[in-house]
Amino acid sequence: MRKQIPIYFVLVSGIVMIIQYFVPSQLSDDLFTYANDWVIVIGIFALALGIWSLLKAEFRKLRDPKEIFYAGVLLVGYFVMFFSGLKRGNLEYGSFFMTIFNNILVPIQATLFSLLAFYIASAAYRAFRARTVLATILLLTAFIIMLRLIPLGGFSSVNQTAVSWILSVPNMAAKRAITMGVGLGAIATCIKIILGIERTYLGHD
Amino acid sequence: MIFWEKMMNLDRRWIYLCIAIVVIIPAIKTFKVPVATTPEVKKVYDFIEEMKPGEYFYLGIDYDPSNLAELDPMTYSILNQAFSKDLKIVIACLSQFGVGMAETRLAEVGGKYGKKSGIDYCFLGYRPYPAICILTMGVDFRVTFPLDYYGVSLDSLPIMQGIKNLMDVKGVVDITGGNIADFWITYGNGRFGYPVALGLTGVMSADYYQYLQSGQIFGLIPGIKGAAEYEKLSGFETSGLRSIPYQTLSHAVILLFIIISNIGYFATRRRMAK
Repeated sequence: MRKQIPIYFVLVSGIVMIIQYFVPSQLSDDLFTYANDWVIVIGIFALALGIWSLLKAEFRKLRDPKEIFYAGVLLVGYFVMFFSGLKRGNLEYGSFFMTIFNNILVPIQATLFSLLAFYIASAAYRAFRARTVLATILLLTAFIIMLRLIPLGGFSSVNQTAVSWILSVPNMAAKRAITMGVGLGAIATCIKIILGIERTYLGHD
Repeated sequence: MIFWEKMMNLDRRWIYLCIAIVVIIPAIKTFKVPVATTPEVKKVYDFIEEMKPGEYFYLGIDYDPSNLAELDPMTYSILNQAFSKDLKIVIACLSQFGVGMAETRLAEVGGKYGKKSGIDYCFLGYRPYPAICILTMGVDFRVTFPLDYYGVSLDSLPIMQGIKNLMDVKGVVDITGGNIADFWITYGNGRFGYPVALGLTGVMSADYYQYLQSGQIFGLIPGIKGAAEYEKLSGFETSGLRSIPYQTLSHAVILLFIIISNIGYFATRRRMAK
């Protein structure tokens, strides 16, 4: 019974949502809005659960001398941002919340992402080697794409044409094939879930 | 031969040092790099440029501070262009950090033109679940955002009078560093048929060229180069054009390293095989 009810629920709601998508009417619109409200409400519960889980784990870490510093930083950061952003008026430009956001979070995230340039350079040095025919094609393609940012006089326009062709012909053909495959796979999985063939979302109990 | 063997096992710290040096050079002695405009960027520029004062468009600011270097110049240029033409903008964030980015940029650029929230633009704030938000904004903005970011009811805002859903705006320009672009293509364009243009990070942009040819997006601003092109077209220069010398030099060094690595590979291949 614990498994039958969710399976029937998924079957009915799946079929109803398919019908509402293909039958345009006021009832369809209302049903769609109602269903979306439900998803948002369920999502809010998931958010609360996530916060509870995070805080529980971090408070537990406070007992460990090795973890106390990092857990402390996270908890202080969490509560400072939580309380400073609690009141709606505190979210405006110039407020304490936005000052912390602009002067602490923005530089931290931007700096961390900028470090990628160093890792990419090192990885490119070791990985981009013409070991096989396919690796050579990849190498040449990357080379042409990267060259577009370097001024090469008259050759720049030729290179730009090559870049446009690579992006809009072979790149697009490959991407489209992948997208179509993913789309068909998603449809197959949805049908399996609606018909109760795929039941992993129910857990293992 | 020993030289190439050494080069093949080059300590990564030398590579880091070279990148650091070439990134510092333009900061000390700046120089200009010619930037040619591409059709995909020009289409986004033309879309906003051809709109008449008082017309609406939707601007999605859906990126984190980690994508700030690439995507911020696009936001600045588009906001500058739109406010200077007295266009009405509906702005929302479907990424949680987008709110902080949007609020700061609106205060800076809007303040420069004396634009007021609720009159010249409507900042809706953030809601989770991008797919659902796009679908519900297609029905009514008020379903997704009953109040704007500042807690004012949408019905009481002068800018939202006579505008119900995304069908009432001329088009959507979404600036994002994540998969929110996919949701705009699938649900925004696919289900409702909105004209969608995207501003994306450089690494993402190759994945979205397919949607240009299929007409699912009408324009694309790819990475810092796209941002620089947009700045050149709009004439509002921020950090896009200024970033190009940094990127040019670092790309040149990476290409040089790739060449050295491949020469080293072929020079030492036979010995390695033995």
